[in-house]
Amino acid sequence: MNRVVVIGAGPAGLAAARAAAALGVEVVLVDAGPKLGGQYFRQDALASEDRFSFPGGVEHVPDAAVWAVEPIHGGHRVHLRIGAADDPSRTGRVLETRALVLATGAFDRVLPFPGWDLPGVFTAGGAQAMAKGQGVAAGDRVLVAGTGPFLLPVASSLAAAGARVVEVAEANAAVTGWLSRPRGVFAGWPKLPELARHVSALARHRVPYRSRTAVVRAHGSEWVESVTVARLDREWTPVPGSERRVEVDAVAVGFGFTPQLELAVAARCRIEGGFVAVDAAQGTSAPGVFAAGEVTGIGGADLAASEGAVAGAAAAKRLGAVVDPPLGAMARVRSGRRFAAALEAAYPVRGGWTDWLRDDTIVCRCEEVDLRRLMSAVDERDLGGVRSLKLASGAGLGLCQGRVCGRNVAELAGLDGTAFARRRIASPLRLGELAEAEPEAEAVEVPDRALGQDFG
Amino acid sequence: MSPIESADVVVVGAGIIGAACAEALSRAGRRVLVVDRGAPAGATTASGEGNVLLSDKAPGPELALALAARRRWPALLESLRGELGDLADVEWEAKGGLVVATSPDSVGSLRIISDAQREAGVEVHSLGPEGARKLEPHLTGTVTAAAHYPEDAQLHPVLAATALLAAVRARGGAVVGGVEADGLVVRGGRVAGVRIGGAAVPCGAVVNACGPWAGHFSVAAGAPIEVMPRRGMILVTAPLPPLVRRKVYAADYVAAVSSGDVDLQVSTVVESTAAGTVLIGSSRQRVGFDDSLEVEVLRRLARNAIRLFPVLEGVPVMRAYGGFRPYTPDHLPVIGEDPRMRGLWHASGHEGAGIGLAPATGRLLADLMDGRRPEVDPVPFRVDRPALMAEVRT
Amino acid sequence: MRVTWDGEEIEAREGQTVAAVLTARGVRSWRTTRVAGRPRGLFCGIGVCFDCLVKVNGVPDVRACQRVVADGDDIRPQAGAELPS
Ligand SMILES: Cc1cc2nc3c(=O)[nH]c(=O)nc-3n(C[C@H](O)[C@H](O)[C@H](O)COP(=O)(O)OP(=O)(O)OC[C@H]3O[C@@H](n4cnc5c(N)ncnc54)[C@H](O)[C@@H]3O)c2cc1C
Ligand SMILES: Cc1cc2nc3c(=O)[nH]c(=O)nc-3n(C[C@H](O)[C@H](O)[C@H](O)COP(=O)(O)OP(=O)(O)OC[C@H]3O[C@@H](n4cnc5c(N)ncnc54)[C@H](O)[C@@H]3O)c2cc1C
Ligand code: FES
Repeated sequence: MNRVVVIGAGPAGLAAARAAAALGVEVVLVDAGPKLGGQYFRQDALASEDRFSFPGGVEHVPDAAVWAVEPIHGGHRVHLRIGAADDPSRTGRVLETRALVLATGAFDRVLPFPGWDLPGVFTAGGAQAMAKGQGVAAGDRVLVAGTGPFLLPVASSLAAAGARVVEVAEANAAVTGWLSRPRGVFAGWPKLPELARHVSALARHRVPYRSRTAVVRAHGSEWVESVTVARLDREWTPVPGSERRVEVDAVAVGFGFTPQLELAVAARCRIEGGFVAVDAAQGTSAPGVFAAGEVTGIGGADLAASEGAVAGAAAAKRLGAVVDPPLGAMARVRSGRRFAAALEAAYPVRGGWTDWLRDDTIVCRCEEVDLRRLMSAVDERDLGGVRSLKLASGAGLGLCQGRVCGRNVAELAGLDGTAFARRRIASPLRLGELAEAEPEAEAVEVPDRALGQDFG
Repeated sequence: MSPIESADVVVVGAGIIGAACAEALSRAGRRVLVVDRGAPAGATTASGEGNVLLSDKAPGPELALALAARRRWPALLESLRGELGDLADVEWEAKGGLVVATSPDSVGSLRIISDAQREAGVEVHSLGPEGARKLEPHLTGTVTAAAHYPEDAQLHPVLAATALLAAVRARGGAVVGGVEADGLVVRGGRVAGVRIGGAAVPCGAVVNACGPWAGHFSVAAGAPIEVMPRRGMILVTAPLPPLVRRKVYAADYVAAVSSGDVDLQVSTVVESTAAGTVLIGSSRQRVGFDDSLEVEVLRRLARNAIRLFPVLEGVPVMRAYGGFRPYTPDHLPVIGEDPRMRGLWHASGHEGAGIGLAPATGRLLADLMDGRRPEVDPVPFRVDRPALMAEVRT
Repeated sequence: MRVTWDGEEIEAREGQTVAAVLTARGVRSWRTTRVAGRPRGLFCGIGVCFDCLVKVNGVPDVRACQRVVADGDDIRPQAGAELPS
């Protein structure tokens, strides 16, 4: 049986599934969540209807965690656990495919600061997901901090969910600076009207928005009770004397996003500059594997969807469908990447964040490794690689497998952090689940001729 | 590239074996340069569970080396503590090993092995099912017999290797990562230096401590030896409350360790770490340097572990990792000078026991280089032994 | 539907996650860390950080932000590393 398997049902995966199905190819669309949409289109979990529908030929498998991708002759075997999250009673399913689309998205990067492990400190996306998907505000008095335009929708969703957003602290230059007069790099970005709506929503709620400002410390014993906010210099070192205490019961922090790379690494895709490297047809370096959306670069939902449309068509072509190059989508990908590059240049993470840390600041939340322990491993043991650094310091060895701390630890140690994304078990399963007999694979025929990977 | 232009000895490979050789050589007063193409302690050594075992070795040359190593580790760490302070804290724990039989058939063979080991100087206590479960209360009820080895110990391989390397540096040596050795400089039929990324580093001797890649380097050095990779995978659970105290393994493990079978072998090894995780091994497979995930291997590891410790069924597995054990055709390490090339020394082929055997390996090599009488008979490990050279010559 | 939190019956709605049920009830932390015994609750909200671990029907290490409640679920706080009961 020939089918495209798409992992991830966010904007990229949805578009990929639609594009492949429209070309007459069967599609299985797998996602860990109960509903379609991923992060951007996060649906209200309490509503009974689904916002998305598909043409025939797409099977959506919800509540399905892909825990491993195994390279096999002529393709890949995708291992699922289906059912209630982390429950030992989940059932197994194994899909084989010659055309795999990875659309696993990204998650927030949070820079550590003293007190960031207190309950009440959330990632910006986490606060967003709770507000959008569950209708719950992270707190009553919330401060939103970090960098990039993404802070705006987070603040406006929190306000809509009933929180009082006391301030938005942007560590770089204000988004509002160019948003009101978009010229140069941001002119023509399709995201502008949406961002402008968020800005006026914040103005309506009288939310102060400050640039070159960050939360450098959270205070409280059982729960965050206040934060210290400071002005930053150009390199993000706090300006002495600029600190002020703000009373809050929640903080939402986001410093950009980190791609969810482990399945791409397992499928042997080349990673470049921290993202899955793709060609013009969204093909990765691994034959039969395509990648779309924020695993290939952070650029927002529109770019993710355009990449998905290209990847879906390329995957269908790989299975023998007759496909004209999707020129419109390919052009949108090219222009989307220009905005993404501009965004990255305007909202980088600058090195001064390490000045926010103290010796006893937790760096790895899972294993409770503080800065002192990490740096003594780095300085005294002269470790030149991520693998030995993890083992010597404990950082990145816990249940999140370095998703939260990996980039920060790598930056502190002066190493390339890509190796943190090597996670053979992408999502934990119970030993008893692993011990089950392998479900019979829904197999594929291996073709006798090599099929093209691109539209050439 | 290197902070020293020349050295008495260049050790190629900064795994536990290269680190232990360099430590022993620098202790004897030599100026040592250690080079690694990757990160120090970043290859096979980072995969090791860190067991220092006597229990899995049948009487013979490997057990003799293991006994020497078991004596050496605590003394070595004590002396490093004097030199390095807390850096020498490598989580050493003489936690003991428990080998269990779960079928009536294996009771007899377990007894035969432990009797022979006792004869050879290993402390072994034979136990019945109750005795075994008293030591490890979560063990399966199907245990038929067990042998307890109080001397079996564990340490943290990366901490140990980096501590040994720190001692080398403290004694005036150097450790350089990210540089590949790709051949020798030979003058008058003996080693005069080593080629590192196109440059020649003069030295009197070169130690090939390239682990599973020792065969590759030996070819580049013009004196091939047969060292091959044998792949192993380990499962890691989420951190758990204290559950398994010792290293516990099924009696068939000893057979798997010494087997030369190409096919996948999965024996049952369960133990916990200082961080609270439980490590589940171990597989042995000859697949070259192919490191692709094989789910079936993980499944078999999981099944075996649950059979030994049923309580593990409901705990999360969060990681799986693998490595390539360096092995020789006769499953003995190769330690000594290459008779075909004076000044080229080999220290490799320790298979699944390199962490444990490291200090005795370093000492043996240093003793031979300095012409001291070695503590352990070097003959079984020599480079030109028939088992090794037979394959080399063909 | 009804679930219990630490032995006490509470209301929950179809589709809610354990984290949402607890947050709506004002519970902000439901586990303590293994080493320092520090309180933790929701952090990433999307299943990647494993900070929100909770015990559901005797099974520890369940991500509260991912687990959708089922009628009758017995939800309890988790103290450090625990074994399934
Ligand atoms: C928490 C969060 C909230 C966000 N909210 C907004 C917002 O409100 N507005 C905005 O403009 N941008 C938002 N973003 C940015 C957003 O990531 C992108 O704009 C967009 O959603 C990216 O689309 P994508 O298809 O690449 O990935 P995503 O939308 O992230 O979708 C990836 C999907 O892959 C699934 N997945 C990943 N790994 C596995 C696996 N192993 N097994 C099964 N399924 C898997 C995930 O469940 C997810 O549904 C948010 C990002 C995050 C992290
Ligand atoms: C899963 C698993 C579990 C194990 N558990 C245990 C255990 O519990 N106890 C135990 O005693 N042993 C154990 N072992 C075995 C142990 O890990 C090995 O025997 C030991 O690490 C070998 O060390 P080494 O220094 O020879 O090799 P390595 O650690 O691989 O070091 C060799 C080094 O040489 C470098 N190198 C190679 N070629 C070159 C070159 N041309 N130039 C420069 N550098 C080069 C490599 O980069 C590498 O760093 C285990 C092994 C595995 C795979
Ligand atoms: S809050 Fe991060 S996994 Fe649940």
